Amino acid sequence: MADNGIGTRTVRKEDQRFLTGKGNYLDDINRPGQAYAYFVRSPYANAKINGVDTSAAAAAPGVVAVLTGQEMAADGIGPLICGWMISSKDGSPMNAPAHPALAVDKVNYVGDHVAIVVADTYNQAKDAAELVEVDYDELPSVTDTAGAAAAGAPQIHADIPGNICYDWELGDKAVVDEAFSKAHHVTSLDMINNRLIPNAMEPRAAVAEYDPGTEDMTLYTTSQNPHVCRLIMSAFLQVAPEHKLRVIAPDVGGGFGSKIFVYAEETATLWASRRVNRPIKWVAERSESFLSDAHGRDHVTHAEMAMDENGKFIAMRVSTIANLGAYLSTFASAVPTYLYATLLAGQYTTPVIYAEVKGVYTNTSPVDAYRGAGRPEATYVVERLVENAAREMGLDPAEIRRRNFIPNDAFPYETPVVHTYDCGDYPKALEEALKLADYDGLAARKADAQSRGKLRGVGLSAYIEACGIAPSAAVGALGGGVGLWEAAQIRFNPTGNVTVLAGTHSHGQGHATTFAQVVADKLGVPYENVEVVEGDTDKGPFGMGTYGSRSIAVGGSAIMKAADKIIEKGKKIAAHALEAAEEDIEFSGGNFSVAGTDKAMNIGEVAFAAYVPHNYPEGLEPGLDETAFYDPLNFSFPSGVHIAEVEVDPDTGVVDIIKYSAVDDFGNVINPMIVEGQVHGGIAQGVGQALLEGCVYDDDSGQLVTGSYMDYAMPRADDLPSIDIGMSPVPSPLNPLGVKGAGEAGAIASPAAVINAVTDAIGADIDMPATPLKVWQTLNSAKAAAE
Amino acid sequence: MHDFQYHKPGSVADAAAAAAGAEDGSFLAGGQTLIPTLKQRLAAPSDLVDLSGVSELQGITVSGDSVTIGAMTRHADVAASGDVAAAILALAALAGGIGDPQVRNRGTIGGSIANNDPAADYPAAVLGLNATVNTNKRSIAADDFFTGMFETALEEGELITSVSFPVPEAANYQKFHNPASRYALVGVMVAKTGGGVRVAVTGAGPCVFRASSLEQALAGGLSSSALDGASVSADGLNSDIHATPEYRAHLVKVMAGRAADAAGG
Amino acid sequence: MPTVSMSVNGKQYSGEVEARTLLSQFIRDQLGLTGTHIGCDTSQCGACVVHVDGRSVKSCTTLALQADGADVTTIEGLAKDGQLHPMQEAFRENHGLQCGFCTPGMVMSAVDLVNNNPNPSEETIRENLDGNICRCTGYHNIVKAVKAGAQGMGG
Repeated sequence: MADNGIGTRTVRKEDQRFLTGKGNYLDDINRPGQAYAYFVRSPYANAKINGVDTSAAAAAPGVVAVLTGQEMAADGIGPLICGWMISSKDGSPMNAPAHPALAVDKVNYVGDHVAIVVADTYNQAKDAAELVEVDYDELPSVTDTAGAAAAGAPQIHADIPGNICYDWELGDKAVVDEAFSKAHHVTSLDMINNRLIPNAMEPRAAVAEYDPGTEDMTLYTTSQNPHVCRLIMSAFLQVAPEHKLRVIAPDVGGGFGSKIFVYAEETATLWASRRVNRPIKWVAERSESFLSDAHGRDHVTHAEMAMDENGKFIAMRVSTIANLGAYLSTFASAVPTYLYATLLAGQYTTPVIYAEVKGVYTNTSPVDAYRGAGRPEATYVVERLVENAAREMGLDPAEIRRRNFIPNDAFPYETPVVHTYDCGDYPKALEEALKLADYDGLAARKADAQSRGKLRGVGLSAYIEACGIAPSAAVGALGGGVGLWEAAQIRFNPTGNVTVLAGTHSHGQGHATTFAQVVADKLGVPYENVEVVEGDTDKGPFGMGTYGSRSIAVGGSAIMKAADKIIEKGKKIAAHALEAAEEDIEFSGGNFSVAGTDKAMNIGEVAFAAYVPHNYPEGLEPGLDETAFYDPLNFSFPSGVHIAEVEVDPDTGVVDIIKYSAVDDFGNVINPMIVEGQVHGGIAQGVGQALLEGCVYDDDSGQLVTGSYMDYAMPRADDLPSIDIGMSPVPSPLNPLGVKGAGEAGAIASPAAVINAVTDAIGADIDMPATPLKVWQTLNSAKAAAE
Repeated sequence: MHDFQYHKPGSVADAAAAAAGAEDGSFLAGGQTLIPTLKQRLAAPSDLVDLSGVSELQGITVSGDSVTIGAMTRHADVAASGDVAAAILALAALAGGIGDPQVRNRGTIGGSIANNDPAADYPAAVLGLNATVNTNKRSIAADDFFTGMFETALEEGELITSVSFPVPEAANYQKFHNPASRYALVGVMVAKTGGGVRVAVTGAGPCVFRASSLEQALAGGLSSSALDGASVSADGLNSDIHATPEYRAHLVKVMAGRAADAAGG
Repeated sequence: MPTVSMSVNGKQYSGEVEARTLLSQFIRDQLGLTGTHIGCDTSQCGACVVHVDGRSVKSCTTLALQADGADVTTIEGLAKDGQLHPMQEAFRENHGLQCGFCTPGMVMSAVDLVNNNPNPSEETIRENLDGNICRCTGYHNIVKAVKAGAQGMGG
């Protein structure tokens, strides 16, 4: 048991099927008699629809139905929703536009959904879609974040003047302005947090089925949170009552946030399957994923840090415009507000902070949570300001951080921006990271690079994130429409093996392994005898799903709580069988024993007794099957220091990452192998953001320029270095496992580390992605300015 | 993809006949560009004539002063050929850097140059090494073969059978890849041949071209220092999100310098 | 409709296909071998890589008819007698996969890589995986796995 317990590098249970081609992803599912869907999408960024003529398409070979927004509205299928209310500075609620799954009289971005074509084969559906005639009046469009709210910008929604969703603030502006007036030095920066396209390798997909006998509906979908999907489909979209709808998310091929949301395609497919009384399958082509998966980031920010003469931060001021896309996606409004500005204190004692965020609509795909969701944007702002402040004040970037870290004895530490950090040891992580990165040897390496005609630079990023979302009451107070607890059920089977049913849903994180390790460790059952079941609303308890690095901190805590209930009940059963008092029963290593004696029975025997209760405590229910709901006491706050070292080729502008060192505090770690993998992957996405990836829309036409892997640069193996990882854990006191969450850290820390390294190397400011072109242009401008 | 009639002839003559008999026929070589194009419905030929069964289009022949590569020879086979490497290392290396391993396992030299994608690598080899393109009708000098973006001197129904590369005194190819597609953002073949120094540039313009200013500069010797005073005009070069014309012009010179050093050294 | 015949994982198959049927579609839809995945439509991601006559190819960029008469191996054909192939084993031991979607193509590419280069360096591995995109792992553990897999394959 100890071989696979908490803290071991246990290889994954799920790998056998994934490695042999036996995974069960959405496109691997087929239902008898299934038809296929293809969507007619807007070719225009902004256009009025005068009419949709479906007659030619409907008459095409194999076509079952061609359905439009008119028909969907007539069936009472509600618009897509956003579940988080944000209020503006003046107290007014955010302006949320109607978001029909299929457009009725207007389209608002290229790829917006106009009609669903259902046919016997996929090719027939796609062929017929070309025959749907839509009469558009094209309108001028705006895709630019900074320009969306400018005077004269094209209007997107008639009822939302200026394209402004909200103008939100956090903090006391007057107090912060006052602090700035006393600053010894102010560092200011204009930054763009580039728009990203998530690109989970499995495209989104759905298979929907209606049973006219029972009126049950089943939706197989690529979801990180099938229970929430069902809730939204039922309560808000009216596609089916919750008890008549089963949502199944099978193996999910990556998500990174993009599979949290309830989208148009899945909604329309489910609705259409009932209309045509046939199972329908829809699988996105990658080019459709580019167009209509929710994108990430896309901020334009001006930020300032005020310092005293010792480089101590005395105030911070941040003004951000956040691009929300054409509509509000499921959690879009919260990402650039409560998931962003509340992390602007970073790891530092900055006493006063003011942030204002203008959320704007543009003629682009909706923007929502993408790995890190608001927190990478915050870390980028803080850590670039801090690094620049050090350079401007002639301080070592490590030293300015040391001077401003929240000290170890200050926890729990209340920041000026909502959060109370539970614990951490920021100085220790910094020193360990500096050692891992051989920071002391940097000067020699820079000189060596110079002798070879190369520019070497190093960049630090001391990040913090709020994970384990989240205490439901806190979420509610901040405008969230849901609670963010988690649920788990531990079901002992009569033969003593265990089924764990969890409300989270793995899409690469290895829950089948990690959760089994937790249960094996806690209950002393063999790891091989624990099976984890997720992703089916008919099987496990209602749960909130997997995102925000919450599964172990919140879901794992629910499992621990359920395990406690198992032990509690087991003690009663054991006490009866062993003829002892319940309070004398001890549980350890899978055995219930009577204190001070050698009388004991193992948990398998207890389970058998619970299901075959011939000799059983009076009044106690049979069975050994416990469910627990866990609402966290607080967020958890993973932190760490990442250090990137780069070399720039001034002849071409190419940036090579020579060395990347990461020291993280995730609290206790259940499976270091899996956690390190999460860090690697997160860093790759952050490096992608910093050097390669950037979603580009054409300014004039609003067309998506980066609409395929031909133009959107995905990180390949040869774009990335090997990564050195260290762990510096300070267990969280606030949850039973002492864990903090690890899924997003890499993506949060790395963009700032890489760009700080690049700016160190080239001696000039640069925005992400620092492509060879941009680096070369920046070096040229700097040279020209110097001449 | 729209459907089409599929043909798999066994000879050049049958292939030409199949194409001639089609309403809107297209030859299918390795398919590494054509099939994605069809999938995106950017082309819809009535007939595809698969050339993989035509054995006379296969194979590599190295004689004393030239390397002849059959049109249907895969990139991977050129890259792995010891004979090619011994005669023209730059050609083997170029073939070994096209696309990715899976593209190299299917893609062919004939397909690549017949398609003449502005960012393909092989056109730089053909033009830079002053190769001759042999077809079922004639032989075409490299300088006459590439006529514009996706345009060649090939006539309707004309089929490339092989490409003959004279062995140069020295040659090297340097590629700067597009960070997204991995095609050549700029690729430069520098070769010293009996007829002088040739510098062929792919990726930078709408069609592969010879950089005469660089050829003149390198005439005195293959070395990047010889390019110090030379310049490449940005006029007419491609512009996209990955590179401006000015950046491409700059990269042409940088890559040419690197190729010159590698070839000369 | 034209007929296509091929050996897949040692079993002979033949069937009628539309000429436009891709090898990936034939394998997935007609043979039910769903381990071969489709992750893009522009031939970059490599989730669909299979071996045709011993060489790795993108099955989404190959017509089924082009594989007529060929010997095809998919991810399902790699393990023998219930024993994982050394490359599969190395991916498991080194955590070279997370969501698993790119994995079949990645493993098939890695096996071909090692077949051509029995003892590849880290640089060679990274360069030769450029036809396969993974969004989860950052490639760090994939590179480790391919190295270990090469050893396991006898390199």
